[in-house]
Amino acid sequence: MEGSQPAGTPNQPVGTPTGIRNQPAGTGTEGGNGKEILRVEHLVVEYGPRRRRVHAVSDVSFLMAEGETLGLVGESGSGKSTTGRAIAHVQPPTSGHVYFDGIDLGGLSTGRLRRARTQIQMVFQDPISSLNPRRRVRDIVAEPLAIWNTGTAAQRAQRAAAMLEAVGIDPVTVGQRRPQQLSGGQCQRVSIARALMLEPRLLVCDEPVSALDVSVQAQILNLLADLKEQHGFTMLFIAHDLAVVKSISDRVAVMYLGKLCELAPADTLYDAPLHPYTAALISSVPSPDPERGPRTPLAGRTAGMAGTGPVAAALANEVPSPLHPPSGCRFRTRCAYAATLCAREEPPMRQLAPDHFVACHFPLAH
Amino acid sequence: MRSRAGWTSSRTTRHLIFPPVDQALGPMLEVDGLRTSFRTPRGVVRAVDGVSLGLDRGRTLGIVGETGSGKTMLARSIMGLLPAGGRDRLGVERSGTVRFAGHDLTGLPPAQLRQVWGTQIAMVFQDPMTALNPVVRVGRQITESLRLRMGMGRSDAKETALALLSSVGIADPGRHLRSYPHELSGGMRQRVMIAIAIACGPRLLLADEPTTGLDVTIQAQILDLLADLQRERSMAMVLVTHDLGVVAGRADETAVMYAGRIVEQAATAELFAHPLMPYSQALLAAIPRLADAAGTRPKPIPGRPPDLASLAPGCRFAPRCPYARERCREADPPLVEAGSGHRFACWYPLSLEDADTPASDLGDSQGEA
Ligand SMILES: Nc1ncnc2c1ncn2[C@@H]1O[C@H](COP(=O)(O)OP(=O)(O)OP(=O)(O)O)[C@@H](O)[C@H]1O
Ligand SMILES: Nc1ncnc2c1ncn2[C@@H]1O[C@H](COP(=O)(O)OP(=O)(O)O)[C@@H](O)[C@H]1O
Ligand code: SF4
Ligand code: SF4
Ligand SMILES: [Mg+2]
Ligand SMILES: [Mg+2]
Repeated sequence: MEGSQPAGTPNQPVGTPTGIRNQPAGTGTEGGNGKEILRVEHLVVEYGPRRRRVHAVSDVSFLMAEGETLGLVGESGSGKSTTGRAIAHVQPPTSGHVYFDGIDLGGLSTGRLRRARTQIQMVFQDPISSLNPRRRVRDIVAEPLAIWNTGTAAQRAQRAAAMLEAVGIDPVTVGQRRPQQLSGGQCQRVSIARALMLEPRLLVCDEPVSALDVSVQAQILNLLADLKEQHGFTMLFIAHDLAVVKSISDRVAVMYLGKLCELAPADTLYDAPLHPYTAALISSVPSPDPERGPRTPLAGRTAGMAGTGPVAAALANEVPSPLHPPSGCRFRTRCAYAATLCAREEPPMRQLAPDHFVACHFPLAH
Repeated sequence: MRSRAGWTSSRTTRHLIFPPVDQALGPMLEVDGLRTSFRTPRGVVRAVDGVSLGLDRGRTLGIVGETGSGKTMLARSIMGLLPAGGRDRLGVERSGTVRFAGHDLTGLPPAQLRQVWGTQIAMVFQDPMTALNPVVRVGRQITESLRLRMGMGRSDAKETALALLSSVGIADPGRHLRSYPHELSGGMRQRVMIAIAIACGPRLLLADEPTTGLDVTIQAQILDLLADLQRERSMAMVLVTHDLGVVAGRADETAVMYAGRIVEQAATAELFAHPLMPYSQALLAAIPRLADAAGTRPKPIPGRPPDLASLAPGCRFAPRCPYARERCREADPPLVEAGSGHRFACWYPLSLEDADTPASDLGDSQGEA
């Protein structure tokens, strides 16, 4: 189980699931130049005292290629945010390693970690509470430069104004307001502007559009895609909305109860999922196309669309507590295909196609 | 709490003022010219501005629209459950009629209206944390209404509550009867809200974003449950949501709201396939779809909804509408029928957009429905 495998050096990870070790990160996708920027190895994050230990993230490993957007999906409580926070080292991992540009963040001195962390910035779900309510928008955005003492006050103000302009906020009128005077979408734009001020190479977005209305959500998704094109940063995009993740990601990783289930290029993952959990999640999404939806018979009265078939039906069971995750495969209590092996042995992450990884004893056939 | 006003005691039992609804003829719900406005220091906010609609028993009407379009206020106005005038609100006014099974609800005195709540019409609120009483155990919040409204004894009510909780998919209902709302996850609270709403077998359920913010897996379960209940009891449902995927699969008809009005309404499949009003089209284009290839960008609607306290003349969507012309800024397009129940409010509906003749001049031949 978690932490049982010794961690290796950055170049030759020991005990890394073979799939991950050989992973040609980001190849075959438009985003990403194939050069590794982030390597997560055997990441474990646990909360709470020994007797009530929450296994939030249990032995998660993956790579990210420079310039790619990796989507991270899963139900609430699956450990997505915890993974994001551990990568940004906002929350130090219980064990495991995060290598950024080949450097183990866990091995850095406080000063060097602080400096390294400027290259990894986060954007959060709740835009209003993540901004200082007492400060004006333009000061909030200029603050990271002030903290690092970059340039003169005038230069900082100028760069903040340019960044606000870039995210579609008028630096003069809206720039002097405070967060409570902004709409949710405006707040999220300000958070993004602030996160980009130090020109990070990795942007971790934790549910950045989940709290926003449909139209504003589309605006922010487009803004992130545009900014990525201009600035060329790498993005970890965390969200529970599968359609949103598909619209923005080059590759997508699926999490369940602290474990990674599947990782593949976005189109592959949605068209031909190999893990029963991925398949069930996808089939639970209500389709906004009444006629074309995958299982929307619309015969006579509505209903009966989701929850048809054994896959989705099994999801009716409750998610087990992360205090006592099931033995073997953590998904087995809700999996329609669970066999005795699934309770006994944890399925390792395997590479079943050049860039398709899955942790299941009995992957789905297509 | 305001939202629990329905629990106020009443020694009478159900069907006191209404005949069994199954025997009533005609639509379950008829709303005509419903208006609700708030007088605020900034001016009058017309949250619901002249809404008319009808709903038959066993059917589902979906209501979609951007935030602030008036969906919640419409549901509350139908229910007759409006926020009281608060500190910065000078007052709230409602006009128009709401007929339920042929009975006008708007004229009912509060005591009689409370008999209707729960037993005839129930509401699932958008925010379960504020709608549930935080200091009362879940079990009592359910049994209280069963005892008051259905006249059940203590043990009957408890047994029914247990059955209700398991019917909404709560495992170990016995334990959760003793839980306080804060001890439950968001999905469980939502399900408790639904259990309370359906406890007395309402004929009409007003469900305001019943699954918003929940995981898709739990969302599917809850919507399945509501569909089962509808089938079993011929319950009619108004399903308010901003999730077009949810209405697509669950609503027989869908109404699109914009700035306090219904701007388009049609059978769901018809509306999604042939929107006539540009706002409906824009709303449909703004959502990312699973069926699209990865990397397909959703199309945002430019601008923002208008300030309801200071509306310009003309079509309310005109400032954001790519098809707006002179006439749109001068006169407000009425809600007209294009045939087979497809209603829309637009001078230049989409299928006719190339034709230079404004739709209203085309008479009955307009629309492709
Ligand atoms: N108590 C109130 N006082 C003044 N204005 C109000 C009040 N409640 C609602 N409004 C206004 O009425 C309009 C409609 O609000 P409503 O809550 O019905 O929107 P909604 O469509 O349900 O939005 P959402 O999708 O965010 O739930 C909004 O402009 C809102 O600001
Ligand atoms: N600060 C914390 N203290 C204790 N438990 C936590 C904390 N943050 C998260 N958890 C728990 O860790 C698990 C994973 O949470 P999280 O990473 O927030 O999941 P997600 O973002 O996928 O919803 C959950 O069981 C959650 O309750
Ligand atoms: S390992 Fe077994 S229980 Fe787990 S997902 Fe695969 S088939 Fe299901
Ligand atoms: S009336 Fe004019 S402005 Fe309004 S939706 Fe139709 S075309 Fe657009
Ligand atoms: Mg989270
Ligand atoms: Mg609402």
